[in-house]
Amino acid sequence: MEQFKRFLKAFRPALTVTLVFMLVCGLGYPLLMNGLSGMLFPKQANGNLVTVAGKPIGSKHVGQEFTADFFMKGRPSSVHYNTYTVNENGQKVYLDGSKFAGLASGSSNYGPSNPALAERVETDMAEFLAAHPDVKPEDIPTDLMTASASGLDPHISPEAAAIQLPKIAEASGLSMEVLEQIVQDNTTGKLLGIFGEEVVNVLGVNAGIAEAMGLTQ
Amino acid sequence: MLALIVTLLIYLVLVIPVGAYLYHIMAGKRTFADPVLNRVDRAIYKVAGIHPEKQMDWKQYAGALILTNGVMMILSYLILRLQNVLFFNPNGIGAMTPDLSFNTMISFMTNTNLQHYAGESGLSYLSQMLVVTFMMFVSAGSGYAACAAFIRGITGHSKTSVGNFYVDFVRIITRILIPFSVVGGLLLVWQGVPQNLSGNIVVDTLEGTKQVIASGPVAALEIIKHLGTNGGGFLGANSATPIENPTVLTNLIEMYSMMLLPGACVIAFGKMARDGYSRRMTGNALPAHREGLTAKFFGREGRSIFLAMSILFVIGLSLCCWAERQGNPALEAVGLNQSMGSMEGKEMRFGVTLSSLFTTVTTSFTTGSVNNMHDTLTPLGGLVPMLHMMLNVVFGGKGAGLMNMILYAILAVFICGLMVGRTPEYLGRKIEGREMKLTALCMIIHPLLILGFSALAVGTAAGQAGITNGGFHGFSQVLYEFASSAANNGSGFEGLADNTLFWNVTTGLAMFFGRYLSIVIQLAIVGSLMKKKYVNESAGTLRTSTVSFSVILVFVVYIFAALTFFPALALGPIAEHLTLWG
Repeated sequence: MEQFKRFLKAFRPALTVTLVFMLVCGLGYPLLMNGLSGMLFPKQANGNLVTVAGKPIGSKHVGQEFTADFFMKGRPSSVHYNTYTVNENGQKVYLDGSKFAGLASGSSNYGPSNPALAERVETDMAEFLAAHPDVKPEDIPTDLMTASASGLDPHISPEAAAIQLPKIAEASGLSMEVLEQIVQDNTTGKLLGIFGEEVVNVLGVNAGIAEAMGLTQ
Repeated sequence: MLALIVTLLIYLVLVIPVGAYLYHIMAGKRTFADPVLNRVDRAIYKVAGIHPEKQMDWKQYAGALILTNGVMMILSYLILRLQNVLFFNPNGIGAMTPDLSFNTMISFMTNTNLQHYAGESGLSYLSQMLVVTFMMFVSAGSGYAACAAFIRGITGHSKTSVGNFYVDFVRIITRILIPFSVVGGLLLVWQGVPQNLSGNIVVDTLEGTKQVIASGPVAALEIIKHLGTNGGGFLGANSATPIENPTVLTNLIEMYSMMLLPGACVIAFGKMARDGYSRRMTGNALPAHREGLTAKFFGREGRSIFLAMSILFVIGLSLCCWAERQGNPALEAVGLNQSMGSMEGKEMRFGVTLSSLFTTVTTSFTTGSVNNMHDTLTPLGGLVPMLHMMLNVVFGGKGAGLMNMILYAILAVFICGLMVGRTPEYLGRKIEGREMKLTALCMIIHPLLILGFSALAVGTAAGQAGITNGGFHGFSQVLYEFASSAANNGSGFEGLADNTLFWNVTTGLAMFFGRYLSIVIQLAIVGSLMKKKYVNESAGTLRTSTVSFSVILVFVVYIFAALTFFPALALGPIAEHLTLWG
């Protein structure tokens, strides 16, 4: 009995400290952050939506899957950028027709020695070369054929953008100068010229292309 | 290359003031925030029924830590099991299964943050806040508290008391974790990390298709995830997603958040060791030696430990970065240009350099968040994170790395003592049989958990079922998972299909024992050291504040790792490297 009492005495602060911090750190803190960020940075706090003609078409920081010849393509994504359509049976399907698996992120996690990785890259390269007959295989930028970590990478390298432009110019009817300008406008350099990589935002480019083609009215 | 050097130089500048601040908190000295925060603390003590003046010996301290952590685990388990019927669940997430909840509660309480679920589909917003965000604070608070007690004990604070667990725990959360999180979190939101309570967003795209975009209270979780070296992401792909980590600047903020406090712990140790030294030297007419700048900032004893950790870190980073830059020969063979390095599983904005830096940082500082997929790293690039979790001393998270490194320091003085035939001493106290037995025990637990469970996994059908890559890489997946669990890191070779009864239970046990057995034994060691009389420093004493001691320490760490882990590493990443490049 005496021991049980001692245990209870030791148990009390353990329980109360848990409850106090559950409220402070688990509710108070995130709600405070909600309030502060909603007040200070409302656009960012709500997901940085990109709007065209007043309607949201995506988020600045999240990549999208594009299929049209006149749009720029991003990197392979194991989660199809969570982009889907609803087919005639009312089912949600990815753009390649396979079943939509629900909101996700990630890569296929192929180890470097996994034969499935080399196979996927080989297939994608053959497809890309068929669509871009003027391109030499060794000129295809690595990032365009390798899957991103998140499956949501909004960026490609400037080389990967440049290599797609001739075909986009042909399909969209826009001049190379206009397209190069659009790419330029959506390119971000290294932070302070040192950190990170130079990247092109694919959704930004495609919004620019759509606007230049007059698709957005 | 320049990016790496500049990043590390900025770190060295930032860690010094944070170390000084942490020292003031751990040593109970005054800080500028006391007028406000003392009141907050007193209010918490009052509500929670804590007697801040009560001093605990190491057993009471460890008991309070384990009891508190136990209560937290039970409450979190209940919330996870009931999340489907509770509030803040706009995306209609179902209840978590019992074995996954078991794994998740241990994972977050032990500061591991191994995730066998994906946040998008596995957790309600309530669970993200009340379980995940809450535990990120309190598990880090518990870890730093244990570290504070350990430092106090080993630097000679008193003969019996190591402090009061509840006081340490509260002060670390109110004075460091919460204020740093609010400021850092707002910086993340400014850069584009979402923070709201609305459901996921569905937009109509330019092509007339639909896209669903994850949303929720991300930023609040994101910052404490790194500050507390927790590592569990809001989303499945963690800090690789442009939602959790949208820009190069957020990447830097997240990296510094995880690097600052573990480094600061070493500085706090150095300064407290200096205080201990001057306490026992008062009255002794010892020639006062002039202190250099680094000794002033890091403390002599802290400096040699910090240097040893830095050497280990830089060696690992160089290997990882070099390996990733070489690209993947298997892709070169099918004709893909590899001049950019190995880009599979990496984000374009981070490229190879910032990805390998983040990988080395997250496993050295045992956070476990990832900005690229570790499963897709080149074999040697993947060996580095695995090795650093096996060493578990390269800074380490929430004080654990420091405590482990001090055990290696004890081992190092012991080995050196054997060589010259003197009784080894550390920080003025003799290291004898009891301490050495406990040290050896503590050091053997880590490889035992990793290798034992790995053997179990590859030896049973239930374990093998999780492996998704063939050949040597499959073994690396298993080894990595248990190294990550035992080191309380939490990153993974994510291809592993780990949400099964076998994997949930085995990794749960590895995390639990990896955390609590180590803490208890480490506190027991200081409990035993504290009672000893100081010995006088003499010409034969091995000085532990020198550069040569740092070098000895590095060798001891590598030799120990080679003896325990080399055979396993040879079967995994090294064999894979030889087949790819052979």
